[in-house]
Amino acid sequence: MNHVRRVFYRERLSGVLSQSFSTSRAATASQLTVRDALNSALDEEMERDETVFLMGEEVAQYDGAYKISRGLWKKYGDKRVIDTPITESGFAGIAVGAAMGGLRPVCEFMTFNFSMQAIDHVVNSASKTFYMSAGLIHVPIVFRGPNGAAAGVGAQHSQCFASWYSQCPGLKVVSPYSSEDAKGLLKAAIRDPDPVVVLENELLYGTSFDVSDEVLSKDFVLPLGKAVVEREGQHITLVAHSRAVMLALEAATALAGEGVECEVINLRSLRPLDEETIVKSVIKTHNLVTVEQGWPQCGIGSEICARVVESPAYHYLESPVIRVTGVDVPMPYAKSLEIACIPQPHDVIKAVKKVLKIK
Amino acid sequence: LLRDEIKIKTEMLSKIVRAVVTQSQSNKYSAWSGARSTASLMWTDFWELSMRALAPFMTSVRRGGTVTEATFQTQPYKLHRLDEPPSTTSICSRDDALLFYRQMQIIRRLESASSNLYKEKAIRGFCHLYSGQEAICVGVKAALRSQDSVITAYRDHGWAYVMGCSIVSIMAELTGRTQGVARGKGGSMHMYTKNFYGGNGIVGAQVPVGAGVALANKYLENGGICVALYGDGAANQGQLYEAYNMAKLMSLPAVFICENNGYGMGTSVDRASASTNYYTRGDYVPGIWIDGMDVLSVREAIRYCIDYCTSGKGPLVLEVATYRYHGHSMSDPGTSYRTRDEIQEVRQTRDPIMLFKDHIIGADLVTADELKKIDNEVRKEVDEAVKIAKTDKEIAVQELATDVYLNPVETTIRGTTPFDPYTHRRLSKVANLH
Repeated sequence: MNHVRRVFYRERLSGVLSQSFSTSRAATASQLTVRDALNSALDEEMERDETVFLMGEEVAQYDGAYKISRGLWKKYGDKRVIDTPITESGFAGIAVGAAMGGLRPVCEFMTFNFSMQAIDHVVNSASKTFYMSAGLIHVPIVFRGPNGAAAGVGAQHSQCFASWYSQCPGLKVVSPYSSEDAKGLLKAAIRDPDPVVVLENELLYGTSFDVSDEVLSKDFVLPLGKAVVEREGQHITLVAHSRAVMLALEAATALAGEGVECEVINLRSLRPLDEETIVKSVIKTHNLVTVEQGWPQCGIGSEICARVVESPAYHYLESPVIRVTGVDVPMPYAKSLEIACIPQPHDVIKAVKKVLKIK
Repeated sequence: LLRDEIKIKTEMLSKIVRAVVTQSQSNKYSAWSGARSTASLMWTDFWELSMRALAPFMTSVRRGGTVTEATFQTQPYKLHRLDEPPSTTSICSRDDALLFYRQMQIIRRLESASSNLYKEKAIRGFCHLYSGQEAICVGVKAALRSQDSVITAYRDHGWAYVMGCSIVSIMAELTGRTQGVARGKGGSMHMYTKNFYGGNGIVGAQVPVGAGVALANKYLENGGICVALYGDGAANQGQLYEAYNMAKLMSLPAVFICENNGYGMGTSVDRASASTNYYTRGDYVPGIWIDGMDVLSVREAIRYCIDYCTSGKGPLVLEVATYRYHGHSMSDPGTSYRTRDEIQEVRQTRDPIMLFKDHIIGADLVTADELKKIDNEVRKEVDEAVKIAKTDKEIAVQELATDVYLNPVETTIRGTTPFDPYTHRRLSKVANLH
C-alpha cells in the first residue's frame, strides 16, 4: 500500500483521496479536476467582463502548456487569448501596462520559476504602484501559473515562490489546493482591483475533487484572506497550503487510526494570511505543526510560527511549533532523492508524534 | 540676436528708401510739378515695397505689431525604414508660441528651484533634473490628444507638469508634503496623473509597461496612442527589445522615444552602446531621429507618429537628440565625465528656450516685452510654489497605512512591532478606475 501512496502525483491516488476528503459544504453533486476548475473560472470571468483577457506562452493555439486554457482561444479568439513570445520580462510589463490602461489581464507564467525574469514587474511595476501614486493608479492584474515542485523537472524548475511573493505589501497572494479553492480563488483574483498572484500546483491539475452545485455556479467566488478548516480535530493543528494540504490530510488519516485527531487548516491565501483561524485553532488544540513543500528558511511555516508566538495562542502551546518543509537544497533529479526532498506523510506523522510526545 | 534683428530691419528700410529715391531721380517723378502727388506716390511706393519685403513673415497683421501665426522650417529628420518624413514646416500660432514658451520657462525654473531646494536639503534622495530637455515634453504634449498616454522614467518633473500636475503639486511632492502629487508618498520619481503613468524608478521597466498601455488603447478601440520614453542609458535594456517585438507583432499604437542626452549617468553613449543610432535600434520597427532642441520639430514628429500609429501601422522608435545641463541627478556634479565648456556651448548655441524665443520674436509672433512679462510671471509662480513646498506639512504618520490596496482585505497593517498596528484606510480618488 505504501509504495502506491508514494506515487502521489498519479490520479489514481487523488481519486481515493477526493472520496475521503470532500471539502464542500452541501451534498456533493459532481467531480471536478483542478484543471477544469481553473478553466471554467477563466471562461466564466472572460464571459462576464470583456476587459478580462489571458496572455502567456502557449495559452492560445496550444490550449495551454498544461491545458488550463483549453478551448478558450477557440471561443474568444486572438484578441482575448494572446500567445506571447518567450519574453517574460517584456510580456509581464505589457500585462501591467494593459492593467493600468483599462483592462484586466490574466498573465500566465508557464511556471513561477520563469517569473523571476519578470519579478521586477510583479513587484515594482504592479504591487507598489497604487501606494506610490497615493491611490491614483491601480493595477487590476492576475499573475498565475504552477508553483513549486513538480516531478523530475530538476532544480531550476522546482522552486516554491510562496515566501517571495507573500512578503510583498501591495500584492495579494493565494495558493489553492482543491478544485473549489482553484475556481473560487481565481475568480476572486480576477475580480479584485489589486494585483493578485495565484500560485497553482502542476501536480494538482489532474486531481479530481468533489464539488457542490454552488461551486459549479458562475458566480462562485471565495473570499481572499480566509483559510478553511479541512478537517476538525482536537489534539494538534496542522497548517498547510497547496499540495501540502493533501499531505497533511493523508497524515491526519493515518494518525486518526492511532487515536490522534489532527485539525487540518488549508490556508488558501498567503497574503493576507488568515492569522485568526490559525490562532483560534491553536488555542483549541495547543499544538502546531506547519507543513509546506518550499524551503525552510524564511518559509511560510516560519511566518506562521512567528505570528503564533506573538499571539495569545502562544500561552496555549504545550510544545514548540515544528515546521515540516522541503529539504534545504536545490531540487535533485534522481527519483528517490526528489522524493526525499519533499515532505512525505511519514515526516508529518513523525513531527506530530514528537510534538505530542508520543511514540 | 535682437540687435541683429534691428540691424537687418534698418538695412531693409534704408534699401527701400534708396530704391524710392533712385526712382525719383530717374525722372519718374518731376521734382516740382505736383509735389504733393509726388510725395504721396513716393509714400505709396515705399509702403508697397515694404509690404512685399515683409510678406514672407506675415499672413495677416495685427494691431500692436504681432502676427497671429507664422510658418517655420523644422529641423531635418533622419529616417529608418520610412519613406516619408514628418512635415518640413510647422505653423505656429501666436497662442501656441506663448504657451510653449511659458511651459518651457516654467519647467526650466521649476528644475532650477528644485536644484536649490535639494542643496538646502529640503528635497531628499533622488532628484533628476530636466533642464535642457524642455522642448521634448512640451513638443510631444503639444501634439497629443486627450486619449493619448505618456509614461516615462525618473526624469519626470517636466512631464508631470505638461501632463497636468500643477507646479505646486510637483514641488510639494519633491519636498514630500501633503499637497504633493502623491501626497508626498512617491517623491521625485513617482508622479502620476490621468493618462500619465509615472514617474518610474527602474531603468527600462516603463517601456514594456508603455507598450501595455498601447495594447489597452488598441483593445478598447479608444484611438489613443501611448508614448513611452527612456534614455540613452536604458536603450540597451533587454526588456525594450521584448517590448519592440511584441508591439510590432501586435501592431500596437506605441511610440517609443529615446531622449538621447549623450550620457547614461556618467557613461557617454559611445562607451555604453555598440550602436548609438538609437532610432534604428528597433531594427524592424521604423524610426525617426529628431532634433530635440526644436520644440516645433518635436511637435511635427509626434503628429506624424499619431497619424502612423492610429492607422494600424504599429509602433515607432524615435530618438530625440537633446542635452541635460545638470548632472544625472543632484548627487552628480556632471563635470567629471564632460567639460564645462561643452555644457556652456550647448547653453549658448542650442538652448531650446533661447532658440524658440528667437524664432517667435523674429517672426513677430510675440514681442520681447511679452516674453519678459511671462518670465516675471513664471518666476513669481515658481517662487510661490517653492514657498508652499517648504512650509506645507507632511501627511500624518497614520497615513502611511493608507491606500496600500484599493480593496483591502485586512483592516490592520503591522507596524514595527506587533503591539501597535496601523489601520488601513482608503483615501484617494482613483484616476484609472475600471
